[in-house]
Amino acid sequence: MRIESKTAFESLQSEARARHADAQAEIHVCCGTGCLANGSKGVAEAFAAEAEKRNSNGGPPLVVKPTGCHGFCERGPLVAFKPSGLLYTKVKATAVSEVVEKTVENGEILSRFLYKDPTDKSRIEQYSDIPFYKHQNRVAMRNIGLIDPTDILDAVAEGAYAGLAKALFDMDPDQVLDEVETSGLRGRGGAGFNTARKWRSCKKAPGERRFVLCNGDEGDPGAFKDRSIMEGDPHSVIEGMIIGAYALGSHEGFIYVRDEYPLAIVNLMIALEQARAFGLLGTNILGSGFDFDIKISRGGGAFVCGESSALMLSIAGKVGEPRAKYVHSTAKGLFDLPTVLNNVETWANIGAIIDRGGEWYASMGTEKSKGTKAFSLVGKVKNTGLIELEMGTTLRHIIFDIGGGILADRPFKAVQTGGPSGGCVPESLLDLPVDFEKLTEAGSMMGSGGMIVMDDRTCMVDVARYFLAFLIEESCGKCTPCREGLRQMLTIYDGLVEGRGKSGDIERIERLAKGMQLGSLCELGKSAPNPVLSTLRYFRDEYEAHINDNACPAGMCRELTAYRILEDLCGGCHACFKACPVDAITGEPKALHTIHHDACISCGACFDVCPDQAIETFPKNTLFETEVV
Amino acid sequence: MTTEHYAVDLGPAAEILEGYPAEEASLIQVLQDVHRAYNYLPCDVLGTIAKTLDVPLAKVFSVSTFYKAFALEPQGDTIIKICVGTACHIRGAGQLVEELERKLGVGPDQTTEDMKFTVKTVNCVGACAMAPVMIVGETYHGSAKPARVGKFLAEVEVDHAD
Repeated sequence: MRIESKTAFESLQSEARARHADAQAEIHVCCGTGCLANGSKGVAEAFAAEAEKRNSNGGPPLVVKPTGCHGFCERGPLVAFKPSGLLYTKVKATAVSEVVEKTVENGEILSRFLYKDPTDKSRIEQYSDIPFYKHQNRVAMRNIGLIDPTDILDAVAEGAYAGLAKALFDMDPDQVLDEVETSGLRGRGGAGFNTARKWRSCKKAPGERRFVLCNGDEGDPGAFKDRSIMEGDPHSVIEGMIIGAYALGSHEGFIYVRDEYPLAIVNLMIALEQARAFGLLGTNILGSGFDFDIKISRGGGAFVCGESSALMLSIAGKVGEPRAKYVHSTAKGLFDLPTVLNNVETWANIGAIIDRGGEWYASMGTEKSKGTKAFSLVGKVKNTGLIELEMGTTLRHIIFDIGGGILADRPFKAVQTGGPSGGCVPESLLDLPVDFEKLTEAGSMMGSGGMIVMDDRTCMVDVARYFLAFLIEESCGKCTPCREGLRQMLTIYDGLVEGRGKSGDIERIERLAKGMQLGSLCELGKSAPNPVLSTLRYFRDEYEAHINDNACPAGMCRELTAYRILEDLCGGCHACFKACPVDAITGEPKALHTIHHDACISCGACFDVCPDQAIETFPKNTLFETEVV
Repeated sequence: MTTEHYAVDLGPAAEILEGYPAEEASLIQVLQDVHRAYNYLPCDVLGTIAKTLDVPLAKVFSVSTFYKAFALEPQGDTIIKICVGTACHIRGAGQLVEELERKLGVGPDQTTEDMKFTVKTVNCVGACAMAPVMIVGETYHGSAKPARVGKFLAEVEVDHAD
């Protein structure tokens, strides 16, 4: 059914909104990648089967929607009930018929599925009362979890494409640009370049064709906001791109999606097809006379292709090696033609900005970083998942109020932001309001919004080494400072974690870092030393302990660490015995267990499973002395 | 690593090539489809692709080796991916790699002799909230512990027996 005018679109909206008006309840089953890993597909199918059974008997129908990621992945599979607002966590397929019978039919709340607040052990019924959700403010992720991403009418009912209709019929392209400028929106992919300025410089560039691209090559390890947006609300991205194309006078677009995100590709394809069928994409969009279409380009699994010039080469079927930046892609981008490339989250904001106005958006956030920002909160934190907050929220609020604090209440050590180009922010900066500037001042960066929380059991030397190993694999190898600098640094770090650290290593690392910052061609190389420099800045004592004492203070570097069981605390539960992969632990149930150091590989599996905290680490080089004692 | 020469049926590759315009811009998409059809990129097929798309064979190799999604050697029936993104790393992805090495006798980027499993490490699959994550075939296992690795492998064996 093609929509040919603004009025027709508005009646489609009211039709879509009225669709489920007579439903007794709507059941939203989270089917994001996280919940799917917990078995939510079976849960959704069980609900659908129950609904079919009941609906065939007549009466007010039950609507079951498989939705995108609700964000609270730790507690999945998640099931939300509308209109009541009830949220069930960790729902099993086998419990579905009981849930339908008791909760849906009789309004009885099954407390075992309610979220339990880890601080006061209270059970919370309402979605909106759970601290994880209460403090959020969703713009880019406005419809994720509310809609079935494979049903365009669901999206339209929640306001999708309203911004597009407004742009096409009530605004000229320059007004759209002005509105984006007023919003102060900056690129959500990492660097935070002003979106309107990027668009204007592309618009000024001469060229017969110009392109609008979406960067869905979310390669930063620890970040998955773009995946969730593409999977859970692909229409927000498509709408944003059409509006951008209208402002720029472009008729062709590409969405570049990582190879590792198969579900995102499927959901985007379905959404594009549905948008075309409704006349929201393709020729003569909504009867306005404007033409624009989008193709999907699948990545090949290369981190560097998230870099703009590499991404454009990859779309053109070439090897993704970045080029020097004196030629701007806004003037000479894809196929050497003027191109605007924005991140998934940036595009997802555009529809809302046009619909509700740039000033509304600019009213949120800090002086220079406007609006909201999506973060993936992961690592050693209780409530892992995906969140969206106003810019300027403090790290403490994010990690302790929303994230619920550190796993097993261990001490907080640092939070890593910005992926391999970012850095680690220490405890002393927990009250830092998070925005583009503040993170950069702290020696880190915003990046893709990944926040990896680390506790006292995370070795900062190992973290820096991890990023070097990551970058060596992902460096394209085109320019020498990045390719060789990383390799030399890794050699030094291998020595540090294996107990071969020498005095002067820190200075050598710093010198290499400077060379890479000065000499590398693209941002990947220039920013590659950031994780190294930020850990050196805040955790120099850990480096010194590795070099001077041959000790890993976090007890993680295997060559430097040994484990022992504390006699007074061991309850003889036998858990460590079962967990040890190399049978280095002996002991009978209910009796004291012993770790045999000749067989132990210091993997820490026993430490992680011990319920009594009866296992401790100590420097391996004291092993001999200890045994004598 | 040696790349042995395996004789392959070029039929499926020809069919894939027909679906794309014969130009360089199609190269990655063609390689992806070929990879799916053969489970790797056979040497002979790369030659056909080079000729059909009129791209030098060296360029086809350059692209095939640049992108991690492509393998130039036959892969096992089931591909096991261990996510080694930052969140998985600090939550113990390394232990999973070791456990697989103990169980299967192969490390990352290696295939078991019976061609049943290929082990790969991937830099973040974007399921960080469930760290550490291990993907066996198409099945995502979140909060994976070394002690459960044996069970994941047994599930595959059962599926194959069916």
